[in-house]
Amino acid sequence: MSVTERTDVLVIGSGFGGAIPAYHLAAGGAEVVILERGPHLTAPDFTHDLRLGSYTRIVDLVQGDGITVVAGNCVGGSSVVYFAASLRAPSFVFDRRGSLGHRLWPSTLTRAALDPWYDRVEEALPVAQQSWDQVPYPGGLFAAACARAGRTCNPAPVAVDLARCTNCNWMLNGCHFDAKRSMLLNYLPAATAHGAEIRPLHEAQTIAPATTPGYRYRVSYTQLDAGDYRLPVGVGAIEAKTVVLAAGALATPVLLQRSAPLLGGVPQAVGRYFSGNGDRVSIADVDEGKVRDLLGLERAPGIPYQGFPIGKPIGSMSYDRLDPATAEFTRFSLQQIYFPGITDLLAQATDTPATSWFGVRKKEMRARWPSWLSVLAMTEDDNEGVFGPPPPTGSSTRVATSLCLSTLSYRPTANTLRGWAAADAEARAVLERDGLARVRPWSENAAGSVSAHPLASCRMGDDPATSALDERGELRGHPGLFVTDGSAVPTSLCVNPSLTIAALAERACPGIVESTAEAGVRARYGAPAPR
Amino acid sequence: MLSEPPARPTRRRLLVGLTAAVAALRAGELTAEAAPSARSVPESVPVDRAGLQPASLALPDPTTATLEAFADTMVPGEKRYGGDVVIAGAAPGPGAVQAGAVELLNLPELGIGVLLPELALLVNTRALAYAATHGRILLPTQPPFVALRFTDRTALAGELLTPGAPDRQLYVLLALFAAAAFDTAAHLHTAVAIRQRHPGLAWIGFPAPGADGLWRFPDYSYGRRLASEHPLTTRGGHPA
Repeated sequence: MSVTERTDVLVIGSGFGGAIPAYHLAAGGAEVVILERGPHLTAPDFTHDLRLGSYTRIVDLVQGDGITVVAGNCVGGSSVVYFAASLRAPSFVFDRRGSLGHRLWPSTLTRAALDPWYDRVEEALPVAQQSWDQVPYPGGLFAAACARAGRTCNPAPVAVDLARCTNCNWMLNGCHFDAKRSMLLNYLPAATAHGAEIRPLHEAQTIAPATTPGYRYRVSYTQLDAGDYRLPVGVGAIEAKTVVLAAGALATPVLLQRSAPLLGGVPQAVGRYFSGNGDRVSIADVDEGKVRDLLGLERAPGIPYQGFPIGKPIGSMSYDRLDPATAEFTRFSLQQIYFPGITDLLAQATDTPATSWFGVRKKEMRARWPSWLSVLAMTEDDNEGVFGPPPPTGSSTRVATSLCLSTLSYRPTANTLRGWAAADAEARAVLERDGLARVRPWSENAAGSVSAHPLASCRMGDDPATSALDERGELRGHPGLFVTDGSAVPTSLCVNPSLTIAALAERACPGIVESTAEAGVRARYGAPAPR
Repeated sequence: MLSEPPARPTRRRLLVGLTAAVAALRAGELTAEAAPSARSVPESVPVDRAGLQPASLALPDPTTATLEAFADTMVPGEKRYGGDVVIAGAAPGPGAVQAGAVELLNLPELGIGVLLPELALLVNTRALAYAATHGRILLPTQPPFVALRFTDRTALAGELLTPGAPDRQLYVLLALFAAAAFDTAAHLHTAVAIRQRHPGLAWIGFPAPGADGLWRFPDYSYGRRLASEHPLTTRGGHPA
């Protein structure tokens, strides 16, 4: 296909960052087309299966230099594969200065300023508060260990219909029971009900100035083979008056890098300042006898725990180290979390880094797998990730099903390492107390640092030198080109980022509608939360 | 990179290998484990047409043997039969090989089947270099990585997988798929794998699904408050 199509608004990506503007623009009267790189699957397709070709259709493992990132690849984006923990970022995060020594978030953005937008998203998803009797065994064990170590612990707020949830622990595969509140259940169907068109298996390649009068941008795309995303099966282009770029923090900057010559340059912060949200996972090899003797827990006669694979993946978390009075780079949350078996190779069985994660001792540790407990620290990193020159197509080089090589490099600075060391020490203080467990972080030899929360690669801010977007989320120097995904978030958040990405996307919508109206589209802002 | 696969060694390498093997035999390096003797062959094993070696004891092709030995280094298992030289036998119970590591690497959906000979060649090239620098003598009838002892396979794998090492991303893929075969039976539908008593899933104690092939845990919570919540928690359960 070589005909250039036209639409009022083109949205690139259908996760939190794309679905929310798509809804508000479509509901406001604009013609909206959504390009999504991945396939369009729904609940019946989301099987309980670890076979390659099941969950690997919708989630990518992206290997960079020094970092590996997990990201969604389907209609609904990461909202389909996320673990649904839905947290508001602590107030101090918005005041972060990083190692640049000036405020990194736009001065207009504070927790109080974002709270109304958080409210909207929580209403739309909706977000539920787990009661203690809805917290699964691993979250209960973590909470009991926190209490015994003199810490507090909270049930994690989750975007889950708790009445519908079966606690099957297959969230990475998408929710077979439609209990997890992804974009497939709210914003996207509401957008399509207002006429938005979703085009799956369409990978945007470049953004250029439009040639048709009245249109601002021309986006070229490649259609991908449904069975092998490495194979292109068609090409095309769409012109739009407004472009909303929400391809995710691993793809948005790469698309802009490739488009830079066409656009007459892009801000220098594009592809810099990437943050992995300070993610740091540790595996606790728990002593069942100590669970009984120290914590007094027993889930069945003679079985104190053995609950690693049971439940919702995120049950409880500690806010104790989110103290605004303490120094930057030492604050973090610590969260109980379950990752599927594909990550088991990262657990360390010995203290010899080169070989700690494989071999005989590791196999012995695998035999105790039901007694594992994993915890995720989300720390303050230093935005030290940088993307190299873009690959010829796409955002990375796909080498196999679900496996991609990125030009992203991540070399943790002393500041980031300080945060991780503090988090490691806290995990041990809680979980190794009196021999309850042996705790070690995931091996960095295997995959570098690992993040499920890519952020900040095209961030907003007040300083043009260190932020690619203005405080409304518009790319500097490119009117009508907005970025609303995780790449716009300026810093790590010390909590799971999905709710903040969604709230920032909600906040950007009035400005996007206004800009679209200025381009001659009869669009109005003001749609209620989708039902 | 070598110009020929290890299946067709150069004359020089053959010469070096044979010389090394002779030296090894003199030094008592080669044992029944490393070089199967007639005594180690079970009587029930069928014999191949040439009558020189029991069919099941013949080495798989060099690529498979090398990939199996690497997978066995990641998740070690017991030998499949007396005289199995590919699996080192470093740990009791099944390992990544029995769990299907090579089947997984050849899975059409994975799309890397055509790369496997090259990957094995890379591993063997590094194994030769390792042997040379560590004074190890390799039996020339086996791919170099297979010919290494388990401790040397482990040490070499550690080198290959060290951050910054050449071609590391490729070795990480091999490690990842060895582990994925064992921990997730990634070449099988999980419910089927459980029914078949997949050795890796059985080893880790992966729970069984319900009759409809789906997992549900009606009993999932200790059902009581186990900690105090943070005093600055906001409405909705968020940090302040």
